Amino acid sequence: MDEQVLKVQKIKNGIVIDHIPCGLALKVLKILGIEGDIGSTVTMAMHVRSKMGWKDVVKIEDRYLDDREIDKIALIAPTATVNVIRNYQVIKKHHVNVPEKIKGIVRCINPKCITNQNEPVEPEFYLVSKNPLVIRCKYCEREMNAQEIANNII
Amino acid sequence: MLKGRDIVSISDLSIEEIERIFEVARKMVPVARGEMKNENLRGHILANLFFEPSTRTRLSFETAMLRLGGSILDFSNPSATSIAKGETLADTVRMVDSYSDVIVIRHPYEGAARLAAEFAENPVINAGDGAGQHPTQTLLDMFTMVEEVGRINGLNIALIGDLKYGRTAHSLAIALDRMGAKIHLVSPPTLTMPTHILRRMNQKPAVHEKLEDIVDLADVFYVTRIQKERFPDPTEYIRVAGSYKITGKVVEKMKDSAIIMHPLPRVDEISPEVDNMPQARYFKQAFYGIPIRMALLSLVLGVE
Repeated sequence: MDEQVLKVQKIKNGIVIDHIPCGLALKVLKILGIEGDIGSTVTMAMHVRSKMGWKDVVKIEDRYLDDREIDKIALIAPTATVNVIRNYQVIKKHHVNVPEKIKGIVRCINPKCITNQNEPVEPEFYLVSKNPLVIRCKYCEREMNAQEIANNII
Repeated sequence: MLKGRDIVSISDLSIEEIERIFEVARKMVPVARGEMKNENLRGHILANLFFEPSTRTRLSFETAMLRLGGSILDFSNPSATSIAKGETLADTVRMVDSYSDVIVIRHPYEGAARLAAEFAENPVINAGDGAGQHPTQTLLDMFTMVEEVGRINGLNIALIGDLKYGRTAHSLAIALDRMGAKIHLVSPPTLTMPTHILRRMNQKPAVHEKLEDIVDLADVFYVTRIQKERFPDPTEYIRVAGSYKITGKVVEKMKDSAIIMHPLPRVDEISPEVDNMPQARYFKQAFYGIPIRMALLSLVLGVE
């Protein structure tokens, strides 16, 4: 592992979200709903040197992620990897992947979209392009870019 | 092939399905004119669910259903129904679905027809959702070109006017591009086609600022209204709108075989003197809305 990353202590159990695009670590925490007293230790490193330039890293102790949460990360940090740590060892490595269908994670940016009108449906989007990231609302067909997605995470 | 299907967005239909709709619509033309009887839809009920006023679309669906012997349930005044009491669209649709065989919906919110289609068991036809989709308009526009020019593939088609806010132009551009037409976009610089629409087209359209640039080239002139509200300065509006106006003089420069279309209502984009010129097809275009809607109703109800 890179020397710079070692500036942040190793964790015994939990997850390490690595290769987050520089400056987005706080957004990742927001997406995961991690704020205030969550009962476990969170460490974060921003602007860390890596082989491919600069990145952010987030470590959350004693917490694991389900697929839905991993999908959420992919929407704002498509290059991130999620390492599951048990007893100081990486037991699983996920490359986050923007799913083809995104349901219940992002709110449609279009105020006139039917999904923003108290109807009993979850907002749903289709992936249009991974790079640059573009998704299209299943209902109103409005497209949203990476910045708009980041601002409309549910 | 279309039995039980929802018609929400033109992009849901394959080229083969669009051609099938045209084939059935062609057979419906004499029935739509009242020259032939066809009672195929006798015993079927269409529910018109209009949350927004729209005389011509609503009437054309009603005419289509009546010409085929079917009946109509009219929910075109939502203020008088439970919607005013705060019922969700999902609930209204489930209720109306149980009363009828096919639902036609117009709604002010975008994506409403897709939602309705999810909650209804029977087919749902989108008759316009806010600034979103209006697939039956797109179908009748394309049908007009096929019937009046003979084909779409390879035609030079000019979309003229407000290409930024005009929803008709958006879905039409995407559909015509798929059918192999060469699209020319003619609009003021402030009202150009949005990039998210351009991105969905396979062939890059040609962009023109002036009507003169393509007046002798285009096979189809599809004119849309430039709305006054888009211009903060009324004199600017008069100047801009005037430069896209189709007058008798402009028509004289067109090819004899060219056709002029307009989704109607028009204000002053096309001078009345053009109405009697051979290129004018906008009233015929409005008529084609009937056979297209007859074909759609027959196909989704599985009775052809």
